[in-house]
Amino acid sequence: MSDLLSISDLERADVEQLLDLTDHFVEVSARPIPKVPALRGKTVVSLFYEDSTRTRLSFETAAKRLSADTMNFSVSTSSVKKGESLRDTALTIEAMGIDCIVVRHKSAGVPWQLTRWVDAAVVNAGDGWHEHPTQALLDCYTLRQKRGSLDGMHIAIVGDVKHSRVARSDIAAFTKLGAEVTVVAPPTLLPPAIETYPVKVSHDLDAVLPSVDAVYLLRMQRERMTEALLPSLREYTSTYGLTVARAELLRDDATVMHPGPMNRGVEIDGDIADFDRSVIVDQVRNGVSVRMAVLFLLLGSGSDLHNAIPASESEERSA
Amino acid sequence: MAERERRMTRPTGGVFVARSRVMDADDIARATRRMAHEIIEANSGLDDVCLIGLQTGGVPLARALANALAEIDGDDVASTEVPLGRLDVAFHRDDIGIRPTMPEAITDVPFHIDDKVVVLVDDVLYTGRTIRAALDALTSFGRPHAVQLAVMVDRGHRELPIRPDYVGKNLPTRHDESVDVTADGVDLGELR
Repeated sequence: MSDLLSISDLERADVEQLLDLTDHFVEVSARPIPKVPALRGKTVVSLFYEDSTRTRLSFETAAKRLSADTMNFSVSTSSVKKGESLRDTALTIEAMGIDCIVVRHKSAGVPWQLTRWVDAAVVNAGDGWHEHPTQALLDCYTLRQKRGSLDGMHIAIVGDVKHSRVARSDIAAFTKLGAEVTVVAPPTLLPPAIETYPVKVSHDLDAVLPSVDAVYLLRMQRERMTEALLPSLREYTSTYGLTVARAELLRDDATVMHPGPMNRGVEIDGDIADFDRSVIVDQVRNGVSVRMAVLFLLLGSGSDLHNAIPASESEERSA
Repeated sequence: MAERERRMTRPTGGVFVARSRVMDADDIARATRRMAHEIIEANSGLDDVCLIGLQTGGVPLARALANALAEIDGDDVASTEVPLGRLDVAFHRDDIGIRPTMPEAITDVPFHIDDKVVVLVDDVLYTGRTIRAALDALTSFGRPHAVQLAVMVDRGHRELPIRPDYVGKNLPTRHDESVDVTADGVDLGELR
């Protein structure tokens, strides 16, 4: 059994296999009864230490469309409030006989740590600022659906890259599939070692927009803004927000993306979110199918992502 | 997934080595035309009849049957084309978790099957488990009036109470043999 922990673990072929498999689940989702018995008898637990609407519902819908049983764990109503450790919580859940843990946590690396403690497959649904692999997969799928292939595309990722796990996973996935990525952000919102990322860096959104095939707007994560990184949100919007006026710079065939939840009027103008070049609703819709593909590959297919896991790590786990 | 693909899928599969030719291309064409006549006869025409080929071996056969039906029925029913679909049953198999299971090709049923007569089409009928999975898959598309089964080769060894309505050829086989159906003909042989 294997896990989905990060995009960086995967080869290009693994990503493509998952996207190809997603096609089948898009078809299943379009059936009059969008449900297949592929994971009957399997149990998937959502272990969410952070708030989430779409990711959690998306995984739950995906598991249910595969006929798996789902259990939900929400920190606010659980024994974590009584001081139970992550390890004890994980072992308790595993003792109930589960096959997969979908975990979101505010600390990077928690999914890895879980794989050392439990035999169930672990899927990373977001760990701190680090990675959010299924979001990147659904973004790739949405772009592929729209454009056929990511090879040679130019994608701008705009906004709070520093605090964004979506940005890290997307950069890894987009470049793996052959796209060129430019991150656009004020210097204070870039990660410290941005020069080690396979991206170009710009601080001028207006200069970048005319040449992009897709613009990906990150959410301003006010809950992670503990330092004074910006003078004000209004100033951010005037320089880095996708306003109606700024959207005029985009090519007619350019695609607008956002991982949600949107701060309308901050990083994206409310009118842009709803216009025809925006694929934000497609992203959510494809999210369910992508997560079906991930769960099926890990729990049902009999093949796995094993080759993608570095040998050192699998040795550690079997030891 | 037809027997041919499933048997050739790693890690259980191997390379098919033909031993004897059972049907040639002309035999297949004649059997297809006969089955088309039988479908029209059994359903008193083609009203409400649709064909669904099972991925991947049943799909070309379903297309050939649709062509044969159009030729035969062409004059009197104003050449109405029989709806033609494709179905991959991987997610409905009963051996998920026992052997590697991945969908082979797309599912595409671009019509409503409610109250229709669905003719499932596959190349080889063996244990019947693929057909069971296909019957299960059909329920997520609707409730047909009836489901019938057309196969080019029935090789026996059923493990479920399933029988074909239209058969190209009954071919007694051993378990360790394998049947390979292509447009060129039907071969009996082994997997090595």
